[in-house]
Amino acid sequence: MKILVAIKQVPERDAQIRVAADGKWIDEDDLSYTINEPDAYALEEALQLKEKNGGEVVVVCAGPERVTSTLREALAKGADRAIHIEADDLGERDTLGIAQMLADAMKGEAADLILTGLQSDDLGLGQTGVVLAELLGIPHATIIMQVEKTDSGLRVKRELEDGWFQHVEMPLPALLTIQSGGNKLRYATLMGIKKAKTKETATVTASAAGAKAVSLEKVYLPEKQKKTEMLTGTPAEIATQLVEKLKFEVRVL
Amino acid sequence: MSGVLVVMEQRAGVLNRMSLEALAAGQQLAAKVGGGCVAAVVSEAGGLKVAGVEKVYSVEHALLKDYTSDGYVDALEQLVKKVQPSYVLFPHTYQVRDFAPALATRFMQVLISDATAIHDGPVFVRQLLQGKLNADYKQTGDGPCFVSVQAGSFRADAEAGADAAVEVFTPELNAGMIRNKPGEPFRESAQTVDLSAAPVIVSVGRGIGEESNISIVEELATALGAEMAASRPICDNGWLPMERQVGSSGQTVSPKLYLAVGISGAIQHLVGMKGSKAVIAINKDENAPIFEVADYGVVGDLFEIVPALTKAVLAAKS
Ligand SMILES: Cc1cc2nc3c(=O)[nH]c(=O)nc-3n(C[C@H](O)[C@H](O)[C@H](O)COP(=O)(O)OP(=O)(O)OC[C@H]3O[C@@H](n4cnc5c(N)ncnc54)[C@H](O)[C@@H]3O)c2cc1C
Ligand SMILES: Nc1ncnc2c1ncn2[C@@H]1O[C@H](COP(=O)(O)O)[C@@H](O)[C@H]1O
Repeated sequence: MKILVAIKQVPERDAQIRVAADGKWIDEDDLSYTINEPDAYALEEALQLKEKNGGEVVVVCAGPERVTSTLREALAKGADRAIHIEADDLGERDTLGIAQMLADAMKGEAADLILTGLQSDDLGLGQTGVVLAELLGIPHATIIMQVEKTDSGLRVKRELEDGWFQHVEMPLPALLTIQSGGNKLRYATLMGIKKAKTKETATVTASAAGAKAVSLEKVYLPEKQKKTEMLTGTPAEIATQLVEKLKFEVRVL
Repeated sequence: MSGVLVVMEQRAGVLNRMSLEALAAGQQLAAKVGGGCVAAVVSEAGGLKVAGVEKVYSVEHALLKDYTSDGYVDALEQLVKKVQPSYVLFPHTYQVRDFAPALATRFMQVLISDATAIHDGPVFVRQLLQGKLNADYKQTGDGPCFVSVQAGSFRADAEAGADAAVEVFTPELNAGMIRNKPGEPFRESAQTVDLSAAPVIVSVGRGIGEESNISIVEELATALGAEMAASRPICDNGWLPMERQVGSSGQTVSPKLYLAVGISGAIQHLVGMKGSKAVIAINKDENAPIFEVADYGVVGDLFEIVPALTKAVLAAKS
C-alpha cells in the first residue's frame, strides 16, 4: 500500500504568540515550530499500516525552507521519502489554494491512501483533507481513530460526538483525516536519524497563488467576555484566597 | 442570488441545539444582508417542524437515511443551485466537518469554518491557535458563501413564531455514487462514571506534564470531595480512564465548581464544561483561553499552587 501523509509545520504549543506589526498574521521571528499534532498521529498510522501490509510512506509538506526540518524528522521516524512543496506565501492562499498545491504534488504519485491530520493547530480550519479528497475525486472519512485494511478497501473507526463511534467501510484509493490519540507515537531512533540522511526529499515549486475565495483580514487578541477575578500573591496567599471563595462564594466547603 | 440558507441537522427526527444556534446566526445575518432566511433539513422522509423562517426545505431521499458525505454533498449541491442563496450556514458539528468543505469545493468556494461571531460587512470571526487569537475573515470570491457556526456562540432563543411552510425537495441521487458504507453508531463501553451529576469536579490537563504528577491533583480532589476529570490528551495517554474526559467527544458537565488545572481551554474542552456554575482556572499562561470562562483565575505554576491549595482546604475542613 502506497500511503501519502500531508504534514504541516506549526508553532509549538507553548510558544508565546504575538500579533505581527501588520495585524494580518503572527510575528514569526523567534518562533519555534513542530509537526502539527494530529499529523504526527497520521504519520504513525501510516507507518503502522506499512508495517502490517507493506508498501511505502511518503510525507508531503507545503511551506517555506524551515519546514524541511519537520520532513527530516518524519524521515527519521520511518517515512521512506519526502516531498517539499516550496511556498513562502501560504498566507496568500486559502484552503482551496493549499489543497490544490497538495493535489498537484500528489496526483502523479497514484497513492492508495492519503492521510492528513483532522485539523491544524494554527489555522484550525479542519478542512484541507476533505477539500483535497474532493479535488482528487476520491472518497474520504474524517476524525478517524483506527484504520484496517480489508480485501475490498478499508474499514475505519470514526469518532462521533459525545463518546460515540462508527465504523465506515470504503474503497481505495481514499483519504482519511486522522484524530489525535488513536495510537502511541514513536520516537526517532539514532539509527533512524542516520538513515534519514540517505533518504530522498524532492523539492517541487508551487504554482503561483491564484485568486482567493476567502481572505483573512486581521488577527487580534480576543476581547475578554467575562470578568475573571485574578488572584495574586504567594502560593500560600493564593490558596487562602481560594479557600475563602470556596467557602463563601462558591459554597462547596 | 440572495438571502441565507441554514442547513440544520436532525437525528431521529429531532433538531440538535447547535442547529437552532445556526438558525439564530442565519437570522442575524439575514438582517444584515437582506433577502430573508430559509432553512433546510436532510432526512429520509420529512415531518420536521422549524419555526422562525419563511420556508423550510425538507430534503428527502431514501439514500439519505444514513449519513454519507457523498449523499449529502450531492443532495445539497442540487438544493443550493435551486435556492440560490448568497450565504449557506451550518452548525459546526462533526457531520458538517465531514461534508461541508467538499460541498463548498463543488462551488469553488471555501467554507469559513467554526465562526464565533458575525459583524457588519459581513465579517466572520473565528479562532486561531486553539483560541489564543481571533481572526476576521471575509468572502472575496463570488458564489455562495459557506459558513459553519461554533457551538455556543449564538443564542438559540426559544423557537419564535409559527411553523414554517415545508417544501419537499427530492434530489436526484443514485446508489452508485455513494462510495462509503457507514455502520451503526456505538459506544465503546458502558460508562460507569457519571460526571454530569458531580457537584465538584477537579479537572487536569497536559500542564501536569507526566503521569506520576497526577497524584498531586488527585490529592486536591480528595480534599475537596471532588470527582476527577481531564482534558482529552490525558485520557488519550491513558493517565486517566476515557470516561473521565470532558468535552465535545467526552462528557458534558455542569457542577457547582469546575477547577481546571493546566488546561488551556480549547473550544472542544470548553463546550463540555461551560455550563459550570463556577470555574476556577490555574494556568501558567495568562493568555490561556480557559481564563475566558473562569470566574477566578490564578496565573502560576500548578506545582506550587495545587499543593498549597490542598493544604489550605484540609486546614479549613479540620
Ligand atoms: C474533533 C475534536 C474533538 C476533541 N474533543 C475533545 C474533548 O472532548 N475534550 C478535550 O479536552 N479536548 C478535546 N479535543 C482536543 C482539544 O482541541 C485540545 O487539544 C485539548 O483540549 C488540549 O488539552 P489541554 O488543555 O490539556 O492541553 P494543552 O492545550 O497542551 O494545554 C496545557 C496547558 O497547561 C498549561 N501549563 C503547562 N505547564 C503548566 C504548569 N506548570 N502550571 C500551570 N499551567 C501549566 C499551559 O499554559 C497550557 O495552557 C478535541 C479536538 C478535536 C479536533
Ligand atoms: N501547508 C501544508 N502542508 C501539508 N499539509 C497541510 C498543510 N496545511 C494543511 N495540511 C494538512 O491538512 C490538515 C488540516 O489542516 P487545516 O484544514 O488547516 O485544519 C493538516 O492536519 C495537514 O495534514
